[in-house]
Amino acid sequence: MFYREAGQFKTTYAADQQIFPIRQDRLGMLLLLAVAFFFVPALLSEYWLKAILIPFLIFSLAALGLNILTGYAGQLSLGSAAFMAVGAFASYNFMLRIDGMPILLAFIGGGVAAALVGIAFGLPSLRIKGFYLAVATLAAQFFIVWLLTKVGWFSDYSSSGVITAQDMEILGYRFVSPEAKYLLVLSIVVVLALLAKNMVRSSVGRAWMAVRDMDVAAEVIGIRIMHTKLLAFAVSSFYCGVAGALYAFAYLGTVEPEGFSLDLSFKILFMVIIGGVGSIAGAFLGAAFIVLLPIALDVVVQQWLSGLLAPSVSSNLQLIVFGGLIIFFLIVEPHGLARLWQIGKEKLRLWPFPH
Amino acid sequence: MKNVIPLKKTLAAAVFSVAALSAAVGDAFAQAKEQFIGLPSYRVGAYAAGGSGLYGGWIDYMAMINERDGGVGGVKLTWEECETEYNNARGVECYERLKKKGSTGNSVFQPVSTGITYSLLDKVVADKIPMVTIGYGRTDAADGRVFPWVFPMITTYWSQATTMVKYIGAKEGGIDKLKGKKIVYLYHDSAFGKEGLTVLEKQAQKYGFSLVLLPVAHPGNEQQSQWLRIRQEKPDWVILWGWGVMNPTALKAAAKTGYPREKMVGVWWAGAEEDTVPAGDAAKGFTAAGFSVAGPNYPVIKAIQDNVYKKNKGNMEDKTRVGSVNYNRGVVHGIITVEAIRTAQAKFGKKPLSGDEMRWGFEHLDIDAKRLKDLGAEGFMPNLKITCADHEGSGLVKYQQWDGKQWKIVSDWIEPDREMVRGMIEESAAKYAKEKGITPRDCAKEG
Repeated sequence: MFYREAGQFKTTYAADQQIFPIRQDRLGMLLLLAVAFFFVPALLSEYWLKAILIPFLIFSLAALGLNILTGYAGQLSLGSAAFMAVGAFASYNFMLRIDGMPILLAFIGGGVAAALVGIAFGLPSLRIKGFYLAVATLAAQFFIVWLLTKVGWFSDYSSSGVITAQDMEILGYRFVSPEAKYLLVLSIVVVLALLAKNMVRSSVGRAWMAVRDMDVAAEVIGIRIMHTKLLAFAVSSFYCGVAGALYAFAYLGTVEPEGFSLDLSFKILFMVIIGGVGSIAGAFLGAAFIVLLPIALDVVVQQWLSGLLAPSVSSNLQLIVFGGLIIFFLIVEPHGLARLWQIGKEKLRLWPFPH
Repeated sequence: MKNVIPLKKTLAAAVFSVAALSAAVGDAFAQAKEQFIGLPSYRVGAYAAGGSGLYGGWIDYMAMINERDGGVGGVKLTWEECETEYNNARGVECYERLKKKGSTGNSVFQPVSTGITYSLLDKVVADKIPMVTIGYGRTDAADGRVFPWVFPMITTYWSQATTMVKYIGAKEGGIDKLKGKKIVYLYHDSAFGKEGLTVLEKQAQKYGFSLVLLPVAHPGNEQQSQWLRIRQEKPDWVILWGWGVMNPTALKAAAKTGYPREKMVGVWWAGAEEDTVPAGDAAKGFTAAGFSVAGPNYPVIKAIQDNVYKKNKGNMEDKTRVGSVNYNRGVVHGIITVEAIRTAQAKFGKKPLSGDEMRWGFEHLDIDAKRLKDLGAEGFMPNLKITCADHEGSGLVKYQQWDGKQWKIVSDWIEPDREMVRGMIEESAAKYAKEKGITPRDCAKEG
């Protein structure tokens, strides 16, 4: 009834090409951003900001990066966590070794370093596809973590190989409080998400999708395969790298290379698959599912069931329920939560008259 | 009719007394003094086997204190678990979740994971919650002047590495006999495994033995090339600095290679039943370090069995694991936590304590031989004295040998090379202080 576009005419090309062509969507998005920027930091507790929302945003960014590569360009990758590690360690070294390095520039530098590494490990994609490529990116995962542990220079010769992120300071303002950190992460994620949305709607994104759907046909119509695939690897790794830098600087503070293990790569891949392959909103929905659901389950189990069940049962129960829900959602909608959201919108357009 | 009135009276009296009773109980609840302890546990995942034992022992000890003594100084202990899955991000979430629980907030955090410890180093300072890491974590945090909020207690990895050298020296018939010997350091290639590296290199220089470094990639179930090297090198001793599945794999590989297990010394994370039982006969003769010992024959374990398990309130599902190495480690966690509460209560009064007050308690902890005897933990764990500058304590380590069925104690408490370790700790802590712009506390001014 309310979600209806009747009467909204597009009279200019700009109006026709905007990200949200329906007015209600635009308003909804503005409202969401307003809530995220103004109400959330003012109303929610430190626990919510520090332990729930900041990691959620950071993992959304990483999932967004992988979604560009896997969802839009069709290249399966299992190295996302390693690219995050490159971003984190590169940003740390930029801050450590260059005096007066601005933190934002260090994040971008971390992203660029990850992009360069991503291009190097993307080269096999020119020859191999599908699962074989996944195995090749697996090499990136193990090699990078091994290298960061092996070469002391990366962690400034710390005896245990961990790095401690420097303070974040922009124009004399130190980002210490959870609110400030949250707003910084949110701003970076919003800007990069907007950038990604526009990228996938432009010629670059269409080239990615053409390569994904059939690379021979894409080549025939004049898309440069090497350029397109490597660009996808670079952009994807850039996003993962920035996410890794934020993970170290805005979330954990101190990180070790083993923190960026294959488990994390799989987690990011699951976020993409559950959220929706080839969808920007899907990255956020998937991250919410993978990051928040286990925490919610743990809270429920510890609060209400801890007396009733043996402790090891209650811990394993969480994993069982979590796994069950993954299977449930994939059966109900194999295209992910973003597709469910889209179907919901279609239904809403007709509601309450289904004809 | 005659009967009715008394009945009514009794009824009224009963109602009244129930009301009064419930009011009293309500009051008691309102006044109930409780000390909250957040437990970030891991009962699923790769390390679940060890975790369930450790948390079981810890919870059982606190439950025993509640049952037998009615808490500490009349203050009941309460706790809540939070599943970390041994994952840093989940650990930080648990820390934040538990931080504000209880009447005074979480009063102590013990992550039982070096990775989570690192992630929380800055956060505990800001939140004023002491972090106690028993037998793991950041070694140089033993310098309490730079790390007032972190307590790597009993003994650190560096202390332990020096006791290993001493133990091996004693087996060779004197520490000077180590000259010219060859020792392989077979380690988990991670922050944890690298902890032992620097100090062993220094020890090698000091005592003149040669050290061969053999890293094993995580998780450690693939060690063929390393054991091929060991066969070629023919070392006199192998130090096994392993974790999880790496330990039984190493023991089996040693049996296959024909390397005597009697010549293998393990870190304490290689010294539990979970490490040796899966290796079967291959584990027989293997020796490992420990900051606590195995076995149920200690009064403190008996007290737990009497006060907790006899009332069917125990945390362990498999009761035969009471007294296992990991379980006893958990009991040590419990003892140290409870003793810190006791120490702090002596100064601040018998009330629920804040993190700041608990920190004072940990910093003034003094568990001497007499206190250990009172606790029923004589020989169970080393004595311990924490000061403002020294957050480690005695650093004593015992060695136990697996006889195929159980761990047998084969050494007394061994002193670490305090001089060397303390020097390294202060050097490393000073570097950290410089990096982070921390001015170390002046311990002469601390009360």
